[in-house]
Amino acid sequence: MSVVTIGVLALQGDVREHLAALGRLGVTGRPVLTEPDLDGLDGLILPGGESTTLSLLLASSGLFDPVAAVIGAGMPVFGTCAGLVLLAREVRGGRPDQRGFGVLDCAVRRNGYGRQTESFETTVELSGGPDEPSGAMPAIFIRAPLIEEVGAGVEVLARAATPGDGELRPVVCRQGSVLASAFHPELTADRRLHQLFLAMVERSVAVRREPSTVAG
Amino acid sequence: MTEHSDASAQTGTFAVKRGLADMLRGGVIMDVVTADQAKVAEDAGAVSVMALERVPADIRRDGGVARMSDPALIEAIQEAVTIPVMAKARIGHFAEAQILEALQVDYIDESEVLSPADEAHHIDKWPFTIPFVCGATNLGEALRRISEGAAMIRSKGEAGTGNVVEAVRHLRSILGDIRRLTQADSAEQYGWAKQLGAPIGLVQEIARTGRLPVPLFCAGGLATPADVSLVMQLGAEAVFVGSGIFKSDDPARRARAIVEAAAHFADAEHVAKVSRGLGEAMRGEGPGSLTEHFADRGW
Repeated sequence: MSVVTIGVLALQGDVREHLAALGRLGVTGRPVLTEPDLDGLDGLILPGGESTTLSLLLASSGLFDPVAAVIGAGMPVFGTCAGLVLLAREVRGGRPDQRGFGVLDCAVRRNGYGRQTESFETTVELSGGPDEPSGAMPAIFIRAPLIEEVGAGVEVLARAATPGDGELRPVVCRQGSVLASAFHPELTADRRLHQLFLAMVERSVAVRREPSTVAG
Repeated sequence: MTEHSDASAQTGTFAVKRGLADMLRGGVIMDVVTADQAKVAEDAGAVSVMALERVPADIRRDGGVARMSDPALIEAIQEAVTIPVMAKARIGHFAEAQILEALQVDYIDESEVLSPADEAHHIDKWPFTIPFVCGATNLGEALRRISEGAAMIRSKGEAGTGNVVEAVRHLRSILGDIRRLTQADSAEQYGWAKQLGAPIGLVQEIARTGRLPVPLFCAGGLATPADVSLVMQLGAEAVFVGSGIFKSDDPARRARAIVEAAAHFADAEHVAKVSRGLGEAMRGEGPGSLTEHFADRGW
């Protein structure tokens, strides 16, 4: 049983699956709907949903600025699909007024894999470092954002062939305390990405509590 | 790095079909009849739009045969917005569904709001790449639609009336039977399957999990943020709002308020705040005054 608490932005989308995934890892998950729900969180998940809707509801609920502040302060955050769109530095094919957090140095194209008829499931190769997940992982892409460019400071933890041109493109990225996937790890039984995020959260909690004893 | 082929990528699997329904949860799907209305809906935070030639209230008023929309209208709406676009096919009209698939709409609603094309059969939805949503008034109907391949179920309600009473009846019927079914022992589950006219495998699954194997949304007669809060508290996972938005005084404002109510349905203060001064809701009709009940269509 982990002692950390991880929030799941619960304004819209597949919140329940993320909470269930956390539960199976023995972690307390907390739906986040208002600013007080952020109190005492150690990490935050931005789920799949419609990114335009989420962006609007983040603003109207007064959550946008406080969430930007906790992410800016280094709280680990994990975005899946629409969550990735909210984290990306540049969003292509979005609405001009769509606001995001811009903390992951990559350019994504909304619905870059096409409409629902082109949504697909496949297997992606995780290429994590030592003690990090590697090997094949099932992945469901739903009108998914396409990661078109990543900056130098971004680790690509998985790539997958893009249907159509067969090109290998990044589908899981990490930059510091920001983790994001173009697909939906919460919709399959493979918990390795949630586990990886949990490890990031636990490490950040340890650093916060005893900064001197944890090697950088 | 070796070049992978994309041979392993599979489209149109059930997980992919149901996945889009999961992404729409907590959201509002709005009926629109023009590209401009679609933009109003997207601006207000709709998770998806349903492209139609006439909203149900007008279909009801005009009478005649209601069919799939003109492809040109659907394409204009697809061009206008970035969110998923749904469209309706008549019950049993698999050729209309094939056309909608060719147009690459994101979801097909095999809908009782249009005139049924087949009096005995719904569309076999399994061969399609595109997912389907179907209406249901009770658990047996819901399970028959799922066994035919529907990846989302919505209550039928009574579309075009602005009256939530039928949607509540259907939701309570479906969710109440699910709750009762979880108490049934293995022998009783066979009795349930027979009584519901539903496959035993699905009945056993629901007895075990306590929920439908696909998301359950609510449709038919929702007109106010309070209606949305009501049905979501009853257990609907998202809502379809048809005539209720663009038949009201101030559609943009009402649409926005309904989106807020879907997100914060359990927070009465928030729903109160967004409900203030919305102007007149659609006038609506009681089910007693109807000459035709759309919800009776489908088998």
